[in-house]
Amino acid sequence: MGRKVLIQNDKIPGINTLEVYRANGGYASVEKALKTMTPDQVTDEVKKSGLRGRGGAGFPTGLKWSFLAKPEGVARYLVCNADESEPGTFKDRYLMEKIPHALIEGMITASYALGAKVSYIYIRGEYFYVLRIIEKAIAEAYEAGWLGKNILGTDFSHDCYVQVGGGAYICGEETALLESLEGKRGNPRIKPPFPAVAGLWGCPTVVNNVETIAAVCPIINMGGEEYAKIGIGKSTGTKLISASGHINKPGVYEIELGLPVEEFIFSEEYCGGIRNGKKLKAVVAGGSSVPILPADLILKTANGEPRLMSYESLSDGGFITGTMLGSGGFIVMDEDTSIVKNLFTFARFYHHESCGQCSPCREGTGWMEKIIHKFINGTANESDVDLLWDIQSKIEGKTICPLGEAAAWPVAAAIRHFRQEFIDIAKSKKFVDISHYNRLNKIVA
Amino acid sequence: MKVTIDGIEIDVPKGTTILQAARMIGPEVAPPAMCYHSKLKTSGGYCRTCIVKVTQGSAANPTPMPKPVASCRTEVMDGMVVENFINKEVLEARKGVVEFLLINHPLDCPVCDQAGECKLQDLGYENGAASTRYEFKRREFEVIDIGDKIKLHMNRCILCYRCVKTADQITNDRVHGVISRGDASEISTYIENVIDNDFSGNVIDVCPVGALTDKTFRFKQRVWFTKPVDAHRDCKVCSGKSRVWLKGEEVLRVTARKDQWDEVEEFICNSCRYDHKKTSDWVIEGPSPVNRNSVISQNHYEHLNQLKLQVLKQQKALGFMPLDKKP
Ligand SMILES: Cc1cc2nc3c(=O)[nH]c(=O)nc-3n(C[C@H](O)[C@H](O)[C@H](O)COP(=O)(O)O)c2cc1C
Ligand code: SF4
Ligand code: SF4
Ligand code: SF4
Ligand code: FES
Repeated sequence: MGRKVLIQNDKIPGINTLEVYRANGGYASVEKALKTMTPDQVTDEVKKSGLRGRGGAGFPTGLKWSFLAKPEGVARYLVCNADESEPGTFKDRYLMEKIPHALIEGMITASYALGAKVSYIYIRGEYFYVLRIIEKAIAEAYEAGWLGKNILGTDFSHDCYVQVGGGAYICGEETALLESLEGKRGNPRIKPPFPAVAGLWGCPTVVNNVETIAAVCPIINMGGEEYAKIGIGKSTGTKLISASGHINKPGVYEIELGLPVEEFIFSEEYCGGIRNGKKLKAVVAGGSSVPILPADLILKTANGEPRLMSYESLSDGGFITGTMLGSGGFIVMDEDTSIVKNLFTFARFYHHESCGQCSPCREGTGWMEKIIHKFINGTANESDVDLLWDIQSKIEGKTICPLGEAAAWPVAAAIRHFRQEFIDIAKSKKFVDISHYNRLNKIVA
Repeated sequence: MKVTIDGIEIDVPKGTTILQAARMIGPEVAPPAMCYHSKLKTSGGYCRTCIVKVTQGSAANPTPMPKPVASCRTEVMDGMVVENFINKEVLEARKGVVEFLLINHPLDCPVCDQAGECKLQDLGYENGAASTRYEFKRREFEVIDIGDKIKLHMNRCILCYRCVKTADQITNDRVHGVISRGDASEISTYIENVIDNDFSGNVIDVCPVGALTDKTFRFKQRVWFTKPVDAHRDCKVCSGKSRVWLKGEEVLRVTARKDQWDEVEEFICNSCRYDHKKTSDWVIEGPSPVNRNSVISQNHYEHLNQLKLQVLKQQKALGFMPLDKKP
């Protein structure tokens, strides 16, 4: 059984309250950092821990913090990215809903390290009930003196605010998030400058994912070196995985990085195998934007090694035979799943969420959706597969922000691994049933 | 800083972008730019037509940049090596961008006032494919008025953000110019209220396509039948340095002067643009420089009268009746 350091206490009754959280060792990292460490020492521990950003890109967190510009007399900010909107990803919600103080604690400790007097939690608009939970936790923390002036009698004062987004996926992109936080339209900025130099209101800013910030607490408590012993190689620590799809036990699991994918899908401790005794067909391992892999390639790498839940192992083979850990949105599909239908869902999403600033993404995402829709309604030709391939290749790498890639990769991977399915549908000229959408739309309405 | 573009080396000051450096060398290496505009701060980065390949990042760190970059928003580094027209990958990618710009474009050039001075026409001509691969219905918007002098054909807009930046930078704190998202984005109608000022007409000049047009000029004449001259007048609001488009003695429209790259040299005020439409209002300096490849240069207007005579002569020789003399 792998180690857990983030949500091991999620089943304790009342853990969402400060009292119970504190009784279970909560806020120890704030005490330790503020009373016994300098800000740079905190950053050093995070560096030693090997922690990598849990928002999707996997950039080393300690390194990101050390890039933060520190000009005299200029405010610095920590911003928590709680916009979680990638289809298939719901781990931040779980963490915030169950153990909100884990995030607040991390915000204080991280802000201390960065010298940020003010921090913001930018939360996805649809998570309105989580917003209430976080707001309540912040109020409790102020009451108990964990936030506000001279925390624990030290010189360090800190204010933490929550800002709710309008429900746009693009506002999860860090610079769009900052624009939105400033009260503007959530368009990604053109980089450079990077947020570490000119972020919120032009001041140096660090943007980190909810899980990244929460992981700072166990790192400070146990020490960076100790944390680095969890996991495998450069994938240190634990990761929250949002498991969904045709599995017996969907949900959020904290795994130790390096867990074999096969064990994760089939063991009783995690997903509990494929539902209704069906066979595994494919997995999208890291949220909707990462390449889909067929069963054989997700269980074993191209050279026959067991595939592990780690940054390195999942990306083994590049995009030809590998994928990415991404945000940890693990979507499992059984043998009855239509890859084309699934791709239509994704394509529709990215088309809907493109901000429209740059031409390849604005025009290309809609075009791809329309062509995939032809497969759905039985009017596609075989040549449409090549056209789709060409369009995605002309979006990838030519856009302002990575949403362009996020839209292109799933199309590329579906064609790469399941081309025959597209051809078969095109030949059959049959309508693919998507009536579940209509039902879904009704429910939403 | 030394930078090499398509094999030609040039020394430029720090802070110069690749596009600017390429323009210093000349049109033979300068990438096409639809959204960058030299007189507007923070313009560029949106259309992606100016993408180039950086095959060597700098002398200190020679690794190539993995993705093509927008040359208008990327500063040069010492020892950088850039490939534009000599790189197949770049040309292919640019062709893709042009295709994206055109899939939802109405291409109603025959009835579009911009035809003949349209950057998208040039771009399509140079980089586009002969036919479209897009088989769906094109996006459509209503044609609307933006103030009493400007028409917005949103169908033709390429969302270059130039008009938004213009309005933003010559008025107070304008932030929003675009409403909706993705391919439903549109230039907002409340731009009308916000840019109600002496310089609002400049959005027409910065628009690279026929999305924003001058209502006082609409459908009056194809540009290649008019004669642009550089002229000035004594103006209290702006410099008064304008371009006056003549047909015979008649002033058909007044615009800002544009440079070699079709970008406005100096913004002009609405009074110069709309209220001074008599030749006597202007001190005419001489014919405006027109690019040799522009269709406007086909109009040898220095010899306009002579030309008319020649046409008449030809028509006579061929047995045509002059139009106005038809029975
Ligand atoms: C379109 C798009 C959406 C994103 N959405 C999120 C998100 O919802 N949550 C998140 O933490 N990061 C998201 N990211 C990644 C962020 O830009 C950023 O890399 C991340 O917040 C950095 O935090 P980390 O270093 O802790 O991972 C998104 C990126 C893109 C391009
Ligand atoms: S890639 Fe898409 S989402 Fe990102 S800036 Fe361009 S249009 Fe907007
Ligand atoms: S904007 Fe340009 S390309 Fe479009 S219709 Fe007008 S002239 Fe033609
Ligand atoms: S209206 Fe013209 S200037 Fe404004 S964004 Fe559209 S194309 Fe650009
Ligand atoms: S001119 Fe550079 S992106 Fe448009």
